[in-house]
Amino acid sequence: MPAAAASRSNSQTQYQPHKLSFWEKVVRQKQLVFMSVPLLIYIIIFAYVPLIGWVMAFQDYSPGYSIFQQKWVGLQQFKYLFTECNFLRVLRNTIAMSLINLVLGFVTSILFALLLNEIRNSIIKKTIQTISYMPYFISWVICAGIVATSFSLDGVINNILVSLHLIKDPVQWLGIGQDFWGICGLTNVWKNTGFNAIIYLGAMAGINPALYESAELDGASRTQKWRYITLPGIKSTFVILLIMGVANVLNAGFDLQYLLGFGTNVEYSETIDVFAMKYGIDLGNYSLSTAAGMFKTVVSVILLLIANGISSKLGEERLI
Amino acid sequence: MKYRVSKNDVIFYIINTLVMLLVVVSTLYPFVNTLAVSFNDGLDSLRGGIKLWPRVFTTQNYISIFSTGTLPHAFLISVLKTVIVTVVNIVLTVMLAYTLSRKDFVLRKFITTAFVLTMYFNAGLIPGFLLIKNLGMYDSFLVYVIPGMISAFNVIIVRTYIESLPESIIESCRIDGAGDFTICFRIIFPLCIPAIAVVGLFVAVGSWNSWFDTLLYASNDQNLSTLQFELQKILSSTFALQGQTVAEAYGSQYSKSATTTTPASIQAAATIVTMVPILCVYPLVQRYFVGGLVIGGVKE
Repeated sequence: MPAAAASRSNSQTQYQPHKLSFWEKVVRQKQLVFMSVPLLIYIIIFAYVPLIGWVMAFQDYSPGYSIFQQKWVGLQQFKYLFTECNFLRVLRNTIAMSLINLVLGFVTSILFALLLNEIRNSIIKKTIQTISYMPYFISWVICAGIVATSFSLDGVINNILVSLHLIKDPVQWLGIGQDFWGICGLTNVWKNTGFNAIIYLGAMAGINPALYESAELDGASRTQKWRYITLPGIKSTFVILLIMGVANVLNAGFDLQYLLGFGTNVEYSETIDVFAMKYGIDLGNYSLSTAAGMFKTVVSVILLLIANGISSKLGEERLI
Repeated sequence: MKYRVSKNDVIFYIINTLVMLLVVVSTLYPFVNTLAVSFNDGLDSLRGGIKLWPRVFTTQNYISIFSTGTLPHAFLISVLKTVIVTVVNIVLTVMLAYTLSRKDFVLRKFITTAFVLTMYFNAGLIPGFLLIKNLGMYDSFLVYVIPGMISAFNVIIVRTYIESLPESIIESCRIDGAGDFTICFRIIFPLCIPAIAVVGLFVAVGSWNSWFDTLLYASNDQNLSTLQFELQKILSSTFALQGQTVAEAYGSQYSKSATTTTPASIQAAATIVTMVPILCVYPLVQRYFVGGLVIGGVKE
């Protein structure tokens, strides 16, 4: 049957275009189907099926029963989330840390790309760049170890600050809750600036050099060239990354906060993901943890759509 | 024109050089410091002041992590996991990317949408955890491989790359009678090496660096423990002791056989061991890091 369908359409296309039906096409493209449909099933199982688990957010889940046999409690978990269990504080930490990361991240990576782009010697430039994004490839566990060492009593941060007479005695930085946001921001700058700059450097490499040459002829200064050529040249890249950054505002990270969060700084270090881990896995409160996770995803998707919509309204790039 | 250097330029280059020096030093210092501590006598390190060079040189820290304890086995599991995940991931990614790059493929739109949407939502910790449990992958090696077998982001990077290749290559193969499977693995696969290098690097680094999957799904089985997870355990044991700089505060959990290792010196040595494979690999793919490749993958 497949062969017959194929040969029939082959002989017909010569004279009159024959519109193949959906199933005829599937049969003709059976190799492509074999190559892709198993992966479609895979992604449905691993990305879409778990969404069924969201019903737990509306139940009072107790282990041992399937999710169809649970007690339904409506929006009670969400009500509890927002009134009783410090979730608002967790939300504050999450948003604060991700805004700090967003702003610091953009400023440092664009500035670094601009400055690196000014280096004319390509070997030096490549070397600096390779070193600068090394921390990006280092695991969060190692990174957390480095942060804990650097900010410890006899660590490098205290040594520098004491020798500059900015502080009198070494400070146990990680023990001070209020400082956690700053430490997290600095760590992310240290880890990600070099890598994020790659994208901007790529965009800068795509700018027509003739623009710089003619600007030079007109006597433009370096800052003017940045302002009128380089920055507009990387604008579309910036806008796409901004949309993604805004959509990810509830993704302040998990690893650093989980690995370095302890006693005295938990009030400032706990993010939504840490909260979900603590209530879900450590305390076994599946429903509350799912509610927190669901809240995070739904808000992220809404933010993405809003940011994308605003950007395309303003005639800028859009992500989707 | 090009050679006229003004006073402003000189000031700018001086400042720029200083900034670049600052970047390089602040990036490298923690690693050099860790290296120095890892080669320094453990008890001596407690006195503090180790900066760029060991004070009392010893290889005891490395000897003790490779002779005693669980790290050698964890190292093996980490390598095994990284290699298998990377190979599986690359094969599946190229295969799917190829099918989705065929403009006339009937299911192209549907499958593309199904994959792209997964980049924007996530069912969350507990639903994912229950899925793994229900599939019977809890406490088994499969949990390292199956859940991260393919990612939409990588598929789109490779698909964008395949679409940039001349279509005539594929057409001429088809005329020669090659099927899609042959075209994908004999023709497209070798042509995709630059995209595969980038995707493969990210998958390999991600797999090597992950520790949370072990904590969540395989922490009961010591045989499945990975290097990162072991390091995390060492980290939390040293971290718990932070603030106590007295030698007595450090228990002798790691130093029974050896004389003078401490959790902190063991941590430094384990950090170096964990880091070295990555430092060897990541500069190799630098030339494939084109901005377009990265951003092309971001934009659907």
